[in-house]
Amino acid sequence: MSLSLNKNPMPEQDPKVRAKNFAEVSLGYTEELAKAEAERCLQCKAAPCRKGCPVQVDIPAFIKEVKAGDMDSAIAKIKEVNSLPAVCGRVCPQEEQCEKYCVLAKKGQSVGIGRLERYVADTARNKGEITTAVECTSDAQKVAVIGSGPAGLAVAGDLAKKGYKVTIFEALHLPGGVLMYGIPEFRLPKDEVVQVEINNLRKLGVEIVVNAVIGSTFTVDELMEAEGFDAVFIGTGAGLPHFMGVPGENLNGVYSANEFLTRCNLMKAYRFPECGTPIHVGKKVAVVGGGNVAMDGARTALRLGAEHSYIVYRRSEAELPARLEEIHHAKEEGIDFQFLTAPTAVLGNKDGWVTGLQCVRMELGEPDASGRRRPIEIPNSEFVLEVDTVIIAIGQGPNPLVQSTTKGLETNKKGNIAAHEETGATSKPGVFAGGDIVTGAATVILAMGAGKKAAVAIDKYLQEKKTNQ
Amino acid sequence: MYKILVKQQLAPSVQLFEVEAPLIARKAKPGQFVILRVNEEGERIPLTIADFNREKGSITLIFQEVGASTTELGLLNEGEFLLDLVGPLGKPTHIEKFGTVVCVGGGIGIAPVYPIARGLKEAGNEVISIIGARSKDILIYEDEMAAVSDELIITTDDGSKGIKALVTQPLKELLDSDKTISLVMAIGPVIMMKFVAETTRPYGVPTVVSLNPIMVDGTGMCGGCRVSVGQENKFACVDGPEFDAHKVDFESLMTRQRMYKSQEKQHSEHLAGKKEGGCKCHSL
Repeated sequence: MSLSLNKNPMPEQDPKVRAKNFAEVSLGYTEELAKAEAERCLQCKAAPCRKGCPVQVDIPAFIKEVKAGDMDSAIAKIKEVNSLPAVCGRVCPQEEQCEKYCVLAKKGQSVGIGRLERYVADTARNKGEITTAVECTSDAQKVAVIGSGPAGLAVAGDLAKKGYKVTIFEALHLPGGVLMYGIPEFRLPKDEVVQVEINNLRKLGVEIVVNAVIGSTFTVDELMEAEGFDAVFIGTGAGLPHFMGVPGENLNGVYSANEFLTRCNLMKAYRFPECGTPIHVGKKVAVVGGGNVAMDGARTALRLGAEHSYIVYRRSEAELPARLEEIHHAKEEGIDFQFLTAPTAVLGNKDGWVTGLQCVRMELGEPDASGRRRPIEIPNSEFVLEVDTVIIAIGQGPNPLVQSTTKGLETNKKGNIAAHEETGATSKPGVFAGGDIVTGAATVILAMGAGKKAAVAIDKYLQEKKTNQ
Repeated sequence: MYKILVKQQLAPSVQLFEVEAPLIARKAKPGQFVILRVNEEGERIPLTIADFNREKGSITLIFQEVGASTTELGLLNEGEFLLDLVGPLGKPTHIEKFGTVVCVGGGIGIAPVYPIARGLKEAGNEVISIIGARSKDILIYEDEMAAVSDELIITTDDGSKGIKALVTQPLKELLDSDKTISLVMAIGPVIMMKFVAETTRPYGVPTVVSLNPIMVDGTGMCGGCRVSVGQENKFACVDGPEFDAHKVDFESLMTRQRMYKSQEKQHSEHLAGKKEGGCKCHSL
């Protein structure tokens, strides 16, 4: 049988149809497609794909099970290291990770590892996957996890499997962090995927306390002293949106991407007025930024009824930090990319509403500190995009609440928590940290990788603590 | 769970809830707020904490039924539960012995001024309070404010109680008197806080206001509550809610408060329709 150079495409909703609904864009492989894709895997002994995975899933092993049609073994293989495969299969930037190292990628397209991971996870979930709790002994040590985003969920899953008594504290009313408030329903279904995976953690024995703001409801010191937690993991994410600092940013119709997406995803404003949280979209929307969050904002705006949705990015297409698939999907849906364009002001009317985004055109100069060519303004290139809504998706800083209320917890200049790269250990004994709160805004899987490393370190720390007692 | 222990109607469309929330009561300080949700479809509603009882493990919330969400909240009864309640959020009021302080509360804003006035009194300040409302029927917390104030001045727009004036008139008289006022603390409608700021500005008396912009998460994540304070953007939820009144851009705040006016109406109509049994056939 000759090997196809191309990945089996994943069925998707038609772009014209999906740009008007919130149902998932990609429909997932059928059994046939999954088997055909699994056949493409060469089962390399060296498994270069694994080194591209931040949590080192045994990729050839699970694909072998798909090929054999043994889905129970396939999910078990993945779950040995990844407690959220249905999420990762959907949102990991596979082209920069596992798939980048696939031998097939040298001649053609890599194996669709992400698509297969998703297929395995979805099949297991649809079958009614059984997760059994690991019994905690009455003297089990207690671990508090602050934040229920990808980093926190990864730590919690791994430590619960080891028999620790894990409690997650979440500030919002639902657990999941960015998986709930940030990534849109059409990329990552909330009830069917995120909450199901989180419920699997609950079945493992993880307790989740929502509406608990650490730094206020409890401090880290209180958790360790009064509440008897033996270790604490901080995974509070990158939760403080940056604004551009240009005139007009407080006009009505200007949102941070965090706010726009939170209203839509967590608060379900797309079901307004059935759901009580309103959202303003207007006819024309400009989203500033070039990452996944910007793509999410622009595509969400279309689905909320915008007639025209721009991405305004100051560098060129080659520098877009978003996942390839998101860029591809955005283009298919008709998002208008304004590359080499930087906003200089938001314009408004006398009632305080946005009427336009004033921009300048840019060109690329010498590489800057990030290695990317620095955008330079072209003189006299000013123009106005007429829009009703501006969404700012230029990144986030760390939320200071935990750091500012915890004695002896060191931070770096940017306010991120200083933590050891391999262990997540902070300057405060027994306190570990990982994910965006340490690295600055990054990806779901990197945060999960940091969580997994921290889980190993926390286990070691607690074993030593027990021995020394 | 967050059980409603006491429900009391303070004035037409003004309700008081005492809610079981031991973790919040343990930590709450004057000036802080909570966010609550009534049901699965509900908005996150920020409300300033009007009082707290650490022994009983309860907090007191006072709200006016102004929009669809607060109307829905007002339909809950004693013994029922709030779905979600988180807090305490925001920075507490800075309380120390300043000397003579004036606490100004307007309308529903009298409720959050109360614990601050009490805190200032307990810290040894002379507390003069000015509370105002449109009319005596909707004046709340008069007795409570009297109990924690050395002097209580009441104003109403229609003169049905106290002086027929806006709160700024007795405030100006105090500033003109030979009393040394060290601090003015004002909570109420944005327009009232703006005029309090303008009243005290020429006298250079430090003035603090508590802002209630539109908010979603309340933990600094969304930036929806940003307000311009001294040319700088601040998030009311984590940097505030209290700010130096002389630096706040009240005009921008008032504009931002109006952002969802048309949707508010749509939401109210939707809920009214639902209450009538969902279908609209009877109105045809």
